[in-house]
Amino acid sequence: MMKRTFIALLLALLYISLAAGLAQAQGSQPNPPSDDAVNAIAKGLYCPVCENIPLDVCGTQACVQWRELIREKLAQGWGEARIKQYFVNQYGDRVLATPPARGFNWLVYLVPPLAILAGAYILFRAFSIWRAKAPQAAASIERPGLAQGDEYIRRLEEELNKR
Amino acid sequence: METIEMTESAVPEAESLPARIPWGRVLVWTGLLALLVILALGLLRTELGPVAIGQRVPDFTLTTFAGEQIRLADLRGKVVVLNFWASWCKPCEQEAADLEAAWRYYQPRGDVIFLGVDYVDTEPEALAYLQKFDITYPNGPDLGTRISQAFRIKGVPETYIIDQEQVLRNIQISPFSSLSDIKSRVDPLLNQ
Repeated sequence: MMKRTFIALLLALLYISLAAGLAQAQGSQPNPPSDDAVNAIAKGLYCPVCENIPLDVCGTQACVQWRELIREKLAQGWGEARIKQYFVNQYGDRVLATPPARGFNWLVYLVPPLAILAGAYILFRAFSIWRAKAPQAAASIERPGLAQGDEYIRRLEEELNKR
Repeated sequence: METIEMTESAVPEAESLPARIPWGRVLVWTGLLALLVILALGLLRTELGPVAIGQRVPDFTLTTFAGEQIRLADLRGKVVVLNFWASWCKPCEQEAADLEAAWRYYQPRGDVIFLGVDYVDTEPEALAYLQKFDITYPNGPDLGTRISQAFRIKGVPETYIIDQEQVLRNIQISPFSSLSDIKSRVDPLLNQ
């Protein structure tokens, strides 16, 4: 009886210690986020202080601090979308490399394709007009005197045709 | 003769046709005009520069690091010294002690308030900066960079001194050189 109780206690202790060890392993961060992981998010962000330089390649102190903040958030288990939203909340939409499609930002997405469509339409119209004019121009080349409104040649041709 | 008759009969027919509006062209020109107006407004805003002296300053609400909300409109009747700074800004460090000394000098009067707006900064570093220079006047992050955009600042440090009627009376676009430099700008606004 004593032996069974001892074994049961031993097994219980073993289970508890294993469970505690597992929980500890889950709670601790095995590796800090790598530079690549930080830069993968940073390249989609721009610091307002250093306009036109993506965060992943910017060398100012402000940008170094921002990258460290990304590293901290990654270490806390945050995903890319959540980190970017945090930066938008803190510093505004202008930190994003790709502006969100709302308000005046729609112009960024609408104007280029509309301009291309308008350009294609103008070209199509221009080619149509040129093609329509081409036979007339050819006729004028065949009878250049008429095209120039040469009254004398016209009358001469009329007389010739009558005979 | 026949030709003349045909021409005469054709003219009234053409005149009687309703005038066609070229909607395509109207749409394209309207779109282009609208785009140009938007671009012009954007350029105008970029070229405006900071809020000018003598102008009423834009209202804003600063949420301090302690969580307190301070609205500029509620500070009417007081002189407000609004300082934009950042922990990564080395020139800001030059004036930090003088600003805090000026705040401690004016605080007992109750008619001058200093506000610090932390521009494009990270909170741990900002709090470390405040602790390092023992800054006690209200400070908070410029959430969404709304305040800095409203004042159209070009960098940090920049300080705006606002009178009791919320009109901008002084701008300092670099660190203050000394405590007396700050006093020389605030004192003329008191007891007006």
